[in-house]
Amino acid sequence: MINAVGRDIPEEVLKATGKEVFKGAYAYDDHEYTKAAPKVHAVCDPKRSKVVESIHEALVKCGIKDGMTLSFHHHFREGDYVVNMVMEEVHKMGIKDITICASSLGKANDPIVPYIEDGTITGIESSGVRGKIGEAISTGRLKKLAIMRSHGGRVRAVESGETHIDIAFIGAPTCDDYGNMRANGGKSDCGVLSYAVVDAEYADKVVAVTDCLVPFPNIPASISMIHVDYVCVVDAIGDPKKIASGAAKPTTDVRKIMMADYCTQFVINTPYFKEGFSYQTGVGGASIASTISLGKIMEERGIHMGLGLGGITTPMCNLLAKGLVNKLVDTQDFDMGAIESIKSNPNHIEISASEYANPFNKGAYVNKLDFVILASLEVDVNFNCNVVVGSDGMITGAQGGHPDTAAGAKCTIVIAPLLQGRIPAICTNVTTVTTPGETVDVVITDYGIAINPRRQDLIECMKDVDLPFCTIEELRDKAYAIVGEPDPVQFDDRVVGVIEARDGTIIDVVRKIKDFEF
Amino acid sequence: MSHPNKKRLRRSMMFLNCQKPGLIKDPYIYKPDSIMLDLEDAVAENQKDAARYSLYHALQEIDYHGVERVVRINGLDTPHWKEDIRVCVAGGADTIRIAKTESAQDVKTVEEHVLAAEKEFGRPEGSTLLMAALESCKGVLNAYEICRASDRLIGIALSGGDYTKDLQTTITGTGVELMGARQHMIMAARAAGVQCWDTVFTNLDDMEGFEKETQMIKLMGFDGKSLVNPRQIAIVHKIFTPAEKEIIFAEKVVREIDDKKAKGIGVFTVDGKMIDIAFYDGAKRTLAMAKAAGVYKGDL
Repeated sequence: MINAVGRDIPEEVLKATGKEVFKGAYAYDDHEYTKAAPKVHAVCDPKRSKVVESIHEALVKCGIKDGMTLSFHHHFREGDYVVNMVMEEVHKMGIKDITICASSLGKANDPIVPYIEDGTITGIESSGVRGKIGEAISTGRLKKLAIMRSHGGRVRAVESGETHIDIAFIGAPTCDDYGNMRANGGKSDCGVLSYAVVDAEYADKVVAVTDCLVPFPNIPASISMIHVDYVCVVDAIGDPKKIASGAAKPTTDVRKIMMADYCTQFVINTPYFKEGFSYQTGVGGASIASTISLGKIMEERGIHMGLGLGGITTPMCNLLAKGLVNKLVDTQDFDMGAIESIKSNPNHIEISASEYANPFNKGAYVNKLDFVILASLEVDVNFNCNVVVGSDGMITGAQGGHPDTAAGAKCTIVIAPLLQGRIPAICTNVTTVTTPGETVDVVITDYGIAINPRRQDLIECMKDVDLPFCTIEELRDKAYAIVGEPDPVQFDDRVVGVIEARDGTIIDVVRKIKDFEF
Repeated sequence: MSHPNKKRLRRSMMFLNCQKPGLIKDPYIYKPDSIMLDLEDAVAENQKDAARYSLYHALQEIDYHGVERVVRINGLDTPHWKEDIRVCVAGGADTIRIAKTESAQDVKTVEEHVLAAEKEFGRPEGSTLLMAALESCKGVLNAYEICRASDRLIGIALSGGDYTKDLQTTITGTGVELMGARQHMIMAARAAGVQCWDTVFTNLDDMEGFEKETQMIKLMGFDGKSLVNPRQIAIVHKIFTPAEKEIIFAEKVVREIDDKKAKGIGVFTVDGKMIDIAFYDGAKRTLAMAKAAGVYKGDL
């Protein structure tokens, strides 16, 4: 069946998943549903200890069995040890058919690939998949369909009961013996535990995994003891060096700086750039450069950001410290500067992923965004974006908050160099649609800027602005003129993954990569 | 008739290594006035041929959106320069930069080969312009005769690295070691009616130093500067583009001089400053530069 972004979703996929095709970014506004509820094992007896000796004991006490769904967060990013240590134990116990429901999986989790191959893991639901796990899915080695969701979409899936978590393993930089988890302190600071909140609230069993047991009460807690069944102390939950790096040096790549300047010029010429505006940006070189250049203009004009949202980096914290941002609202910290800021600045506040981006709660922060600055692997002439599947057909990215913020913001700006190496980033059809074009307003490239024709108001605003405007088709033609139009990637018929829209409908599928034949 | 592009605006001349196709595919997006596609020092000795191949296809295939395409060829003391010239002309380069120019004869020698190549590849005779890089004391001392050696010659450029080596000193960052050459070259160029460009500034971590140096060479009279990174372009353009108040003043000066001349008045004041005919050319030059830089749309 053809969906609202023109993708043909095979009937067997709709049948197998029970899902519907994507009907539009706001088709489920006012949708009524009943939230799911987890099983709870009450702790009435004050003498009962929650502390377990090992992951093995936690698994046994949680009643691990074949076919369960285990969940994880990705706040330890490329330094994460928790997924691997839990899955190694599950594998040793001979458990099969596990579904992993993670907020993201990265190269740090490459060691679990053999467990995909031997049937320990047969399902993956995630907002991002990189490295060898992506290759395993794209080459058809995962038994079930991989389900890729945005951060908001993941919360929606869990809260609505579409995904039921049997056991949540939540890595916590500090935890007390009763399960109060904090993202700060200890040796593996990660700033916030936003993505794990829904896991704690909706999983049947919740295991806190920490390498720093602290005296009770560990408060204010990111995740409260009232959700936690067991506390497991391990030697290390992650590699601190890879959990949070030092602040990235601002880029010196002129191409990125140029695109950042275009972005800033665009932003300040919209009607949304005014006292109290709200803003989110990513962590790419151009995004960070645009935050820095925007900050200079805010300072010059005395304009303050009312809300800075999202994954946070040092440049945003610097604006907060200078008094140019009123509140920084945080779901993920990308560097040490951000972690230090949330520890010390009372206007830098941790929120849950549901508050951040869930389309099925009663209004998420993303809905209040004026601007979001995003990146994309590919953008097509309908402004559809692909942030998950590489132009080689391999799963190698993350929806993250991309579709959520794009849908929420009044002005969604995507920055992408026209050419990614020899691959055109602006193309006729993206390999996979992960963010619908109806939610993307502007595409900024090094060769020109295209405004979505749906946004005649923005086109009107920019009438007299000296920026290199053109149509998205002109950008595509320019890219093709330089590197040629690439032949489509060769896929098998077999669908290996489903790209869910925020509302749980299917916006696209990912097929198995076909071996290249000369 | 002189080539129409001989005196075009050349504030920024950005070096790009022809050995790297990724660099030469789209430098126009940074909007330099000229790019200098380098076949000389940046290209490894055993890669000259590959670089020429890339250069030829770039010149033929890429639309540089009006940015002048200068090619720096290898010195006349190398086995490469003749083939470099053939490729430049066959590809349709706008200008050839002669490395290590020491005498008027060097320019004439290149000119002969350029003419031969224009005939060989059916390009209009005289269409390829020349510029000379002065990289030695001898070259600097011969600046005036070099400037006058050919109708194709658009100007001379200082190459500070080699020049200071020849002087037996080093680049200090103070500019003191380059002062003599700079003064001498700009005088020679102006006397011969051609343009003059300053040497590169290679420390990309010292943008403040770069800006200071650019301000200084602008005051000395240079037309622009050779650049090694696109980050430097905006700074040069800012310094070499007349500011709005300079343009307004220049416009007033030109109009007042025209007006007063008709009334038989030689000396008068504009905005409190004493003005006479001696200011006319300078004001005209300011307006011409503003127009070329796209910041003046007036009719003067």
